[in-house]
Amino acid sequence: MSEANLYYEDFAPGRSFALGPRQVTTEEIIEFAREFDPQPMHLDEEAGKRSILGGLAASGWHTSAMFMRMMIDSYLLRSHSEGAPGVDFMEWKKPVLAGDTLGGSSTVLESRPLRSRPGIGVVKFRHEVTNQHGEVVCLSENSIMFRMRERSEVSA
Amino acid sequence: MRMSELYEIGAKTELGTYRFTEESILHFATRFDPQPFHVDREAAERSLFGGLCASGWHTCAAWMKTFLAYWAAESARLAAEGKVPPTLGPSAGFRNLQWLRPVFVDDTVAYSVTLVASRPLASRPGWIMNSTLAEGVNQAGDPVMRFQGSVLEFE
Repeated sequence: MSEANLYYEDFAPGRSFALGPRQVTTEEIIEFAREFDPQPMHLDEEAGKRSILGGLAASGWHTSAMFMRMMIDSYLLRSHSEGAPGVDFMEWKKPVLAGDTLGGSSTVLESRPLRSRPGIGVVKFRHEVTNQHGEVVCLSENSIMFRMRERSEVSA
Repeated sequence: MRMSELYEIGAKTELGTYRFTEESILHFATRFDPQPFHVDREAAERSLFGGLCASGWHTCAAWMKTFLAYWAAESARLAAEGKVPPTLGPSAGFRNLQWLRPVFVDDTVAYSVTLVASRPLASRPGWIMNSTLAEGVNQAGDPVMRFQGSVLEFE
């Protein structure tokens, strides 16, 4: 793990962080589905082809988890993140299929100090996860809490 | 049968429970969400959470697992009664997901679902969009997670 060097102040509106690339393998789709979402279209190629998803497709929750890992690897693990209170929305817009390569971006929409917790600020992001065809497979907005570099800034 | 024939709008259905062992928290977080408060006990104690806790996505995935276990049993029950269980399809996503409290090691979360609305899709004859409220409550009775979900149904 590299040294954490991103603070609240570094997430200025408009700043964008690239996500991925991340390969989606058959093995990983099936492993996740067996544990958390054992539906035929997530477990079996033929069942996936017969479904409206059109192939062996990742669970939406697996897509969410892969998106999380891409945020981790792009910027969260080198930041002073204090977690997230939730997710405003997440749209699973297209199936994520075995063999896909995911990418995308997280873009800062707005940021504000958290009055109830001095030294912590909230950053709202818009996230797009795309596949190798440039299609958006997952669209989301959420807010993440970060430590401030200068605690004194919120005392005013 | 349709979901709306099986479930009263606004009535909560208890799905079952999921226990968050340290092993399961670490196994999930190591793969998908290796932030210090999800993978490192000492770092977690220094964080705002105050202790090692599950990734929020783990809390959501466990809702799905609990729902499917419930649904398999419910479908078998309906079939045994000579009824045809609703055919459920994929979900298009969710809104207003809230991680209300940390889920700590050895917490047991009781999950539920409430059918909020059920309406045919004008653009797709035979398809029904069900809107749901998913919730999780820990062993102390405190809510830990909530989201507004959706699931397709095929007539």
